Formats: sequence, C-alpha cells, structure tokens
Amino acid sequence: MQILVNGEPMATNARTLAELCATLGLAQAKIATAVNGCFVASAKRELTNLSPKDEVEIVAPRQGG
Amino acid sequence: MLEIYGERFTSRLLLGTAQYPSPASLKQAVESSFAEIVTVSLRRESARMRAGQGFWELIEQLGVRVLPNTAGCRTVKEAVATAEMARELFGTPWIKLEVIANDDTLQPELFGLVEAAATLVGEGFKVLPYTTEDLSAAEKLAGAGCTVLMPWASPIGSARGLVNRDGLKTLRAYFPDTTLIIDAGIGAPSQAAEAMELGYDAVLLNTAVAKAGNPVKMAQAFARAIEAGRLGFEAGLTPPRDMASPSTPVAGTPFFKIDRVS
Repeated sequence: MQILVNGEPMATNARTLAELCATLGLAQAKIATAVNGCFVASAKRELTNLSPKDEVEIVAPRQGG
Repeated sequence: MLEIYGERFTSRLLLGTAQYPSPASLKQAVESSFAEIVTVSLRRESARMRAGQGFWELIEQLGVRVLPNTAGCRTVKEAVATAEMARELFGTPWIKLEVIANDDTLQPELFGLVEAAATLVGEGFKVLPYTTEDLSAAEKLAGAGCTVLMPWASPIGSARGLVNRDGLKTLRAYFPDTTLIIDAGIGAPSQAAEAMELGYDAVLLNTAVAKAGNPVKMAQAFARAIEAGRLGFEAGLTPPRDMASPSTPVAGTPFFKIDRVS
C-alpha cells in the first residue's frame, strides 16, 4: 500500500506502525510517532494498523531554540 | 534562585542548542556558561541519516535539563501533537509552547496559544508559553494554569533587544509572583542585563550565542550579564532624574562663594 512517511510517498507492506518503524531500521531508535496528525505512544505502535494514504510522522531529537 | 514549576535552578540563563558551528562549540558554550537548562526540538528522522540519534547522545553528555519546544507549529492540533511526542521522546512534562502566527515576525498566535496551553495543562504538561507582553494573553495563560510565562523581547533571531520596554515592565508589575522569562530577540549581553534589571527571572536565548564569532566567549558574556543584571535588580536601582545631583558633598567646598550659586 501507499502511505506518506514524513511527507514522502512510500510503498510498504507493513501492517502496523511498529512494523513500519522496524522496516526503516528505527525500531530501537529514539523516536516518537504520529499518524494522521495524532500522537501514537510507543506502546501503541504494535496496535496501530496502517491504512492506504495514512500520513505517518517519525521524529527524533534535534537542535532547537 | 530561578523557580520553574517547583524546581529551583542557580543559573538564570536558558540556552538554545541550534545553529552552532559545531557540536563541540555547542558543548563548550553550555559548559562555560553554566546553563542548567537547554532547549531542544524534534524533527523528522531520516532512516538513512539518523541525525537525531547522534544529537541526543551529545545532549545526554551535557547532563542538563532539556526544555523541548514546539517550534514551527501553526495550529493548536500541531502544537498539542508535537508536545505529546516531545513528552515521550524527552521524558519531561515541560514544554516550551510555540504556536506561530506568520513567518515574517514569528510572533505567537495568541488565541491558539491559550487554547493549546489549556489543553496541555489538562493533560498534565508543565507549559512554558512563548508569548508577547500582552497583558490579556498573559492573564488567559495564567488562568489556564501556566505559572511560567515567556514573553518575547523582539522577534526571534532579530537581535533588537527590548523593543517594548514599558510593556515588559508593566507585565512584570502585573505578575509579581509568576516566573517570567524573556524569550527571543536578545542580541547583546547588555540587552539581557537590561531585562534582568527590570526584574525578569531569566533569559532564554540562542542565536546571539550560536552565531557569535566566538560562541563560547559570548555564552560566558551573557552568563555574566544576566548575573549582573539580576544583582542590580536585587540591589535596587537608582531611579533616573532629569537634572544632575552632586555625589561629592557640597558642604565645605573650597573657594565656595554663595553668590556663584545658580
């Protein structure tokens, strides 16, 4: 299916948000996630099913003012 | 001491972590200024670059408190979701809440700011809102449960200092018991000292240090200016007056003649 990950189109077979993070090699990384504008806690990534056209955000710590 | 939601800090300088010429200069600037709180953000992580992972290692080495921001958010929904991600990512209920109105001024969108603050306080966050010197917005934010307010001095990154000194002075007078931190627009150590002399509790800055010719020296300069300004405020400043007033005693002046007094 086709989804958006961090604003970029991506074809994926991942069924859940946790599977998507693992596919990207970020399963153990220090990240936070949101789907369709709503925060998804790390404990709920396995329970969060992905659907076509979902918009996923995967963020990490960065410099800020 | 500086008090933020019941926690006390010796340093009254909060330092941003962006725009430094190198990670080493960021580390040295934080260490040499003795800042105890640094601001951070969260951004999209590339699976290939993994830039955030290395940055987080650096912050952990510093051993300071982090204050995550919601920089770049334009709506209440974006700001709330970003704050929720930040809380999990950084393991802190503190959030520097920014809801931005437009790109030219980067001024706070005060209506959205108040709404987002109320939502986040309801979710258990300790909200530090980036606001203006507007009194009614400050009252709404305080009413929503914010015990810290962070008014701008001037637009972010503008280095213009305290453009509405009287407004900031009034805000201080209206909120004597609220922790007030000047956030944004400070360009020179003297401007930070001026804010502290007005009785502000702390100064948050980034660009003026990070973009200085020597960020480490500038961080030290700001730390000392902030301390000097605070000491001056605590000591009690002499109010200005229009005419001169001799500091040397007039009585007993040699060659004094009463008919030469104007």
